[in-house]
Amino acid sequence: MKARITVTLKTGVLDPQGKAIEHALEGLGFAGVDEVRQGKLIELDLNDTDKDAAMTRVTEMCEKLLANTVIENYSIELE
Amino acid sequence: MRSSVIVFPASNCDRDASVALEKITGSKPSMIWHAESSVPETDLIVLPGGFSFGDYLRSGAMAAQSPIMKDVIAKAKAGVPVLGICNGFQVLVESELLPGALMRNRDIKFLCKDVQLKVERNDTIFTSKYDQGEIITIPIAHHDGNYFASDETLKELEGEGRVAFRYVDMDGAATSEANPNGSLNNIAGIYNKDMKVLGLMPHPERLISQELGGTDGLGLFESLVEALA
Repeated sequence: MKARITVTLKTGVLDPQGKAIEHALEGLGFAGVDEVRQGKLIELDLNDTDKDAAMTRVTEMCEKLLANTVIENYSIELE
Repeated sequence: MRSSVIVFPASNCDRDASVALEKITGSKPSMIWHAESSVPETDLIVLPGGFSFGDYLRSGAMAAQSPIMKDVIAKAKAGVPVLGICNGFQVLVESELLPGALMRNRDIKFLCKDVQLKVERNDTIFTSKYDQGEIITIPIAHHDGNYFASDETLKELEGEGRVAFRYVDMDGAATSEANPNGSLNNIAGIYNKDMKVLGLMPHPERLISQELGGTDGLGLFESLVEALA
């Protein structure tokens, strides 16, 4: 089973890298981009067969290491 | 006074910390590799600056999971003083010994320069040798020093007098121009609840003799000697 974890900065947390990308896009002439937020994508190859058990385990991984919940949100997709 | 410096893979200020500690405390600190499971009996634990584990995932995130950190956390909770400098501060927030997070600098760039800091209070084991409100010059060298915390945490830190150092201008004003990295409330360093764990982004261990350009960092180590020796 594959787990796809998206880590993003929480709303209200300043994202200087997102801002820089936004300015760069503007500089390239791409108009109409109101905001850019940069995040991380983490893919895991799991040997789980049970989706619920995998979800529990990956959630624990996110809480303990993969995301810093002071500043980041995470979402998990399993397939 | 017995001190211990934790060495992580890619720590790079561990030797600077060791030199400063030996010079000021009079005895060589124990250098403890991160894979060890316990810190020997000690009066002070130092988490040094550097780029532990290449700053992978988030600065300090990997080091916070190192085997030694279980004992560092246990000892800190038992009241052993802990000083985290730069990457050490990042490890302290990732270990939840200190609240908040250290994010990418506001202007994205790595910053390496001297800054002015205001000593917010001088009644702690780390600051007794400074004057209350003294302005000191200490170098910073970091990419991720932008202190962030929730409104609630920030209120708690300010209300409990747990801001240790603030970035200020020459007149001691915490202006946005004097803030090098975008830290909320110009925060450069904070204490835990019992004031025995200090994390700060600037490097006091780099400014302990005239040959290095100044001695404003001495006070922090001399304060520790006064309190702990």
